[in-house]
Amino acid sequence: MHASPDHERPPLLEARGLAFARNDEPVFGPLDFALHAGEVVLIEGDNGSGKTTLLRVLSGLLAPGEGEIRLQGEPLTLAAIAPQVALLSHANGLKPELTTLENLRFAAGLNGVRPGISPPTALAGVGLSGYEDVPTRRLSAGQKKRVALARVLLAPVALWLLDEPYANLDLDGINLVNRLLENHANRGGAALITSHGAYAYTSGRPRSIPLNPNAVLGGNSSSDASEPAASKSISAGAAPTSQQERVR
Amino acid sequence: MTAASTWSACAALVRRDLILVWRRRGDALNPVLFALMVIALFPLALGPEPEVLRRIAAGVVFVALLIAGLLALDTLFRSDYEDGSLEQLVLSPHPLSLLLACKIGVHWLTTALPLIIVAPLLGELLHLPAEVRWVLVGALLLATPLLSLIGAVCVALTVGMHRSGMLLALLVLPLYVPILIFGAGACNAAALALPHAAPLLWLAAALVVALVVAPLACAAALRISLS
Repeated sequence: MHASPDHERPPLLEARGLAFARNDEPVFGPLDFALHAGEVVLIEGDNGSGKTTLLRVLSGLLAPGEGEIRLQGEPLTLAAIAPQVALLSHANGLKPELTTLENLRFAAGLNGVRPGISPPTALAGVGLSGYEDVPTRRLSAGQKKRVALARVLLAPVALWLLDEPYANLDLDGINLVNRLLENHANRGGAALITSHGAYAYTSGRPRSIPLNPNAVLGGNSSSDASEPAASKSISAGAAPTSQQERVR
Repeated sequence: MTAASTWSACAALVRRDLILVWRRRGDALNPVLFALMVIALFPLALGPEPEVLRRIAAGVVFVALLIAGLLALDTLFRSDYEDGSLEQLVLSPHPLSLLLACKIGVHWLTTALPLIIVAPLLGELLHLPAEVRWVLVGALLLATPLLSLIGAVCVALTVGMHRSGMLLALLVLPLYVPILIFGAGACNAAALALPHAAPLLWLAAALVVALVVAPLACAAALRISLS
């Protein structure tokens, strides 16, 4: 893993002409973008614009309809990406009958752990210390999301694919996600996150991939990573500040 | 980076599934209660004559256990599919077929083994001849893992569908029929004091093949179901 964005090497994840159709009905695309180590990229789109489908295609769970995906220059396969990716999806992958710590211990046993972190410290890292022995079913939706984020944090992987990581979280939780993403990018990881536009990754220099059917899809929104972008770019809908205040 | 070894991943999965069965232990008793109910009803329907019951005992126990296993089959991947754990298994850096073999193993251990343990008792309720008792247990020990392995492939194919129970039964039952014929056939042969090793050996051979092939087929079917 390298410490800084290194554009000489092949990008961590690259899509060329990527499109997906379900029953001959186009879901998204064609998309071209590249994700380098040290980057956080926001996928923006309205509800139903294909954000979740895109993440499932990129994680190898779904086969792309058209185009190709390259993982570090090689064509993507499920076997190649599985040791390198952590996926946070709507179904958070937690067992309601297990305690938070048991859930994380299982994830650690299955995927291994990042050096310098353990299930209890990951739990503390998402603000849930003291909840180690609470069955996950007793937690609120936001707290479950935090446990799922702790699982992502624990995994020894470079690539995070987070589907709506801000959903259900309070303002403090939104800041937590931003902090986790920033730390992950600083240690050379990369993340693709989806958002329907209400909240946005606010630190660093986020690029965004608009998925709305009516949005202009140009190479510029994705490929000119060298240009420092504005603090955020929203392609869909509401202003983030008012939404965040409404959450409070 | 410390990647988990495949061995410790399997151990973590077995441990997790055993804890989950223990936390839902009320549900775990359902197959045993179902088999007990079915077998308790037979003497009431057919009358208590030992000669009649003795003749059908092995077959009835076999069918009751087969259907009890079928009812428990749906729980194999259902909750893992619904809460997203299955996705995490597929995206883990280990061979999916090996992880699924562990899951099927735990499922057999917690649903079929209790049934095998009570089978001699259930046979006793139907006046099962003593010389058939251990043939029945042996046939079940060979047949139930085979049922679990074949059933797991069918469950993996149908897990993405809503209300797949009937479809699952339609898919699974034709595949279960030969196992039933060989298993119950061995018991019937033993009851008539005929040689009964051949059907048991057939079951053993099928089990060996299924142990190798079924986890691979199950992994392929699950990947299809998830996409």
